[in-house]
Amino acid sequence: MEFKDYYEIMGVARDASADEIKRAYRRLARKFHPDVSKEKDAEARFKEVGEAYEVLRDPEKRAAYDQLGRQPQGEEFRPPPDWNFEFEGEDRAGGHSDFFDQLFGGLGGLRGRAGRGGPGRGGFRSRGFDAHAQVDVTLEEAFHGATRTLSLQRVELDKDGKPRPRVQQLQVKIPAGVVDGQQIRVPAQGEPGAGGEAAGDLFLQLRVLPHRWFRVEGRDVSLDLPVTPWEAALGETVRVPTLAGRVDLKIPKGSQTDKQLRLKERGLPGSPPGDQFVVLKIVAPAADSASREALYKQMAAAMAMNPREAMETDR
Amino acid sequence: MSEPIRVDLLDETVELSLEDLCRICGVHERHVVEIVEEGVIEPRGAVGEWRFTGLAVTRVQRVLRLQEEFAVNLAGAALALELLEEIERLRRGGR
Repeated sequence: MEFKDYYEIMGVARDASADEIKRAYRRLARKFHPDVSKEKDAEARFKEVGEAYEVLRDPEKRAAYDQLGRQPQGEEFRPPPDWNFEFEGEDRAGGHSDFFDQLFGGLGGLRGRAGRGGPGRGGFRSRGFDAHAQVDVTLEEAFHGATRTLSLQRVELDKDGKPRPRVQQLQVKIPAGVVDGQQIRVPAQGEPGAGGEAAGDLFLQLRVLPHRWFRVEGRDVSLDLPVTPWEAALGETVRVPTLAGRVDLKIPKGSQTDKQLRLKERGLPGSPPGDQFVVLKIVAPAADSASREALYKQMAAAMAMNPREAMETDR
Repeated sequence: MSEPIRVDLLDETVELSLEDLCRICGVHERHVVEIVEEGVIEPRGAVGEWRFTGLAVTRVQRVLRLQEEFAVNLAGAALALELLEEIERLRRGGR
C-alpha cells in the first residue's frame, strides 16, 4: 500500500487552517471536477483530492492522520499495529484508495461499514452506489455500434468478512447511433449493496472522439468538401464520403464556397436519423506555370468582378 | 467471457416516469420536482403523468453533482450546467 500525502495532494501546508483547506478544495474541485475539467486525468485527480479533503476537513481524521507523521508520497506503507480508528458518520462516496480504506475503514465502495462491524450489524441496509465511467468511441463506432470490454475494480468480502479487491471483466454492447455525452446505464453493475439490498447501476458516459473529416452535432454530421472552381461553377457529380460509405453528390451549377448541401438521413442512426451536411469549399489551383498564369489573366479580363463591392460602398 | 450484458441507452427515445427517473438517479421525488421547476428538465404530460426522456437522467445527475460538490444552490448549478453544455457544444464545432 502506498502512502498518500494528503497535504501535498491539496497543495496546503501541514499547519493549514480549516478555512485554507476548504479554499484549496474548492479551487481544486473547480479545476478537476469531471463535469467541468478539461484536464486529462481529471477524474482520478478529483477522487484523490476528494479523499484528501475528506480526511483533512474532519478534525478527528486529520489528527489521526497527522499521528502517522510525514512520509514520502507513494512510499510503501503499513498502518501502525496499534492503529485503531473508529469513526461514526456517513460514508461520503465509494472508490477510496487502499490507503484510505486501511486507515479509516471505508470499504472502498461497499456502502456503509458492513465489513467492519460484521454484516448485518444494526440491520444496516442500503442500495449500492452507482458507478460512473467514461467510454471513448470513434465516430465510426458510434455509427455502427461497438462492443467494449470493461475492467471493473470490485471489492468483495471474503469468508472472514474482509474486503478484497477483484477485477471483473464486463462485456458491454454499445448500440449504433449513440451521440457524444450520452449515457448508457448498465443495471446492477455498480457497487454492491449492503444488507441484501440491490447493487447500484453502472453509468457509462460516451465520448465520441473527434474525426478527421466529419464534425458532429447531435446526430447530424457535417463535412467540408473541397471542390474546384469549375466544379462549383458548372455543376458536377462527385464522390463524397459518408459514415456508411461513399455516395454520389450532385453539386448544383453556380455553387459558391460555404454552400451547404444536405444528404438526408446520412448522419448517425436514430429516430429520426441525423443528416449529413456537405459544406463546399472552393479550392483554386496555383498559378505556378506560365500557361496557368496566362489562364488566370484571361479569366481576369473576360470575367471581371469585384467580390468586395459591398465592403467598399458600405461605410 | 459470456454474452454482452444488457444495457439501457439513455437517449431521447427512452420514456421514463417520474418514479423511473427517481429510481435511476437515486433521488427523492421532491428533488426532481425542484429541478423541473428550475427548468433544467422539461417533462411532457400533465402533472401526475410526467414523462421524461433518457437525457433527463444525465442532466439530473450532473446538476445534483454540481450542487453537492461545489456547494452551490440549484439555480447556480443549473446555470453552470447550461454554460458547460454550451462549451461542450462549441468545442464539438457545433453550428
